[in-house]
Amino acid sequence: MEITWRSLRLSAASTLLATIVCVPLGALIAFHSFRGKRLLLNLIQALYSLPTVCVGIFVYAFIFGQGPLGSLGLVFTPTAIVIGQAILISPIMTGLTVSALSGVDKTIKDTTLSLGASQSQAVWAIVKEARFAMGAAFILGFGRAISEVGVATILGGNIDGFTRTITTTMSLEYSKGEFPLSMALGIILLCVALVIAIMVNLVQQRR
Amino acid sequence: MSLIETIALHQQFGTREVLRGVSLTVERGEIVAVIGPTGSGKTTLLRLIDQLDTPASGKVLFEGREVTPRLRTGVRRQISMVLQKPVVFDSSVYDNVAYPLRVRKYDRKAIPEKVNAMLRTVGLDGYQKRKARTLSGGETQKVALARALISTPQALLLDEPTANLDPVSLDAIEDLILKLNRENGMAIVIATHEMAQGQRLAHRIGVMMQGDLIQMGKPDEVFYAPSDLRVARFVGVENILKGRITANEGGLAQVQLNGRSLEAVTDHRPGQEVHICIRPEEVIISLEAPSSSARNVFSGGIRLLALSGPLARVEIDCGLTLVALITKRSAEELGLRVGQQVQASFKATAVHVISRAVSDQAEPPGPTAESSATTGKPDLFKPTDDPRVRWWGG
Repeated sequence: MEITWRSLRLSAASTLLATIVCVPLGALIAFHSFRGKRLLLNLIQALYSLPTVCVGIFVYAFIFGQGPLGSLGLVFTPTAIVIGQAILISPIMTGLTVSALSGVDKTIKDTTLSLGASQSQAVWAIVKEARFAMGAAFILGFGRAISEVGVATILGGNIDGFTRTITTTMSLEYSKGEFPLSMALGIILLCVALVIAIMVNLVQQRR
Repeated sequence: MSLIETIALHQQFGTREVLRGVSLTVERGEIVAVIGPTGSGKTTLLRLIDQLDTPASGKVLFEGREVTPRLRTGVRRQISMVLQKPVVFDSSVYDNVAYPLRVRKYDRKAIPEKVNAMLRTVGLDGYQKRKARTLSGGETQKVALARALISTPQALLLDEPTANLDPVSLDAIEDLILKLNRENGMAIVIATHEMAQGQRLAHRIGVMMQGDLIQMGKPDEVFYAPSDLRVARFVGVENILKGRITANEGGLAQVQLNGRSLEAVTDHRPGQEVHICIRPEEVIISLEAPSSSARNVFSGGIRLLALSGPLARVEIDCGLTLVALITKRSAEELGLRVGQQVQASFKATAVHVISRAVSDQAEPPGPTAESSATTGKPDLFKPTDDPRVRWWGG
């Protein structure tokens, strides 16, 4: 139970962190046209399938004892997991934000402006119009964060009571031969994902 | 000081010049219609007035002050625009109409009352909770109008406001526009390709062709005294003939055309090469020589008889081709048929004369003028479009 709760908290934190960075970034890309925009979008899409282990190793290289950020002592902490997961899901969240905002009818912006909205109010209106597609970005990002095991293992170290998550427990129990427990944890993970998806949908329909 | 003034507005999309130095004024409480064929730059002009785009050159003044980027949002809050294909937000009708008040930080408690009153005005009471995206075209148009009006702007810009409305909704919307103008003194600029709509609603009409505002004046001036051939064709003048003034006595001139002669009220001097314009509704058809005061009477055979709704379009070959537009009923009463000999008559005051020096210069190369003439034509046949049809029938 404690493990499930920790998994949820860590993934929520990394999704939040990624949202704070990726939604404005996605908006910036969506609302401007510049040279190499297509190339950038292709690159972002390619990074959707960024291997979790890669991110783990990459972040580890920065924060291990003698690394550039080694003095912060982040290795094998929940913070390291959050940073790693946020990096992992950034491409998905940025890419889906761009496509969500680009999917909004161009005349919505003109409409809001002609009705007296300021630039920032207009952008907010567009984000609101795109809320369903943005919700998808949120769910996918969260889903990838909570289901990954590479980052959590490499950066968290699977320390019992500190950085142990559902997925790392699952792989541990499996290698110990505790197959049924591992499966049970998997089912819990799926249920969590289901509850989150339903909640997001409810919130969207309320408005 | 005019409410809105544009000075030599130019707009360019790529290499295409969409506006070529348009200067227009809109006074407080005035309804101005900008008419012109599709693609003549009407929408571009409205968008520039509403500060949605930046002109390539030229400027827009609001209440006598040039609108700088810093003043934009403030000016937009006093002007509302309904786009040609209005989009509603993906929320309830109520939220859509409340939006302009919310962005203006209007007193929250006063919003419901105002929104409900506005929905009643446009005839959408009871629609508050409906999802705006599920409404029909006409209802969407009304929501868009209500949304534009809720902030009681000083000026309302309407881009083809009734393009996808049925006749009943169209009447309702036009009545509402007139009422708002009369009661609130709201200035209204309507862009429309329907010249008759401009005529019904506007105090002044501007005609745009290919990015130029080529004539601006009262509806009667534009309809009966078009300044050049392009305008004449667009506003439905079907009889445009080349001629030459042979005499002019105190404003009553003799015009020679194709060996025939007719009288026209004009100031043009003898010897001048001219185009003469006669609106088809001004041509009266009778079987016997008319006893009326019409100075110009031509007899000829009917070459073509086409019915269009309650109107009949009659082409008469009398040395020159004259087109007359009469009611279907009077065509039936006269028993008109193709080949029949009839008398076509019109008053000297019904003849509008344009100097050919002006009109040739304005004549654009290629088929563009023709297509603009045809765009304008179908409107003539709309039953409610032309009030003159009513007295014509008698």
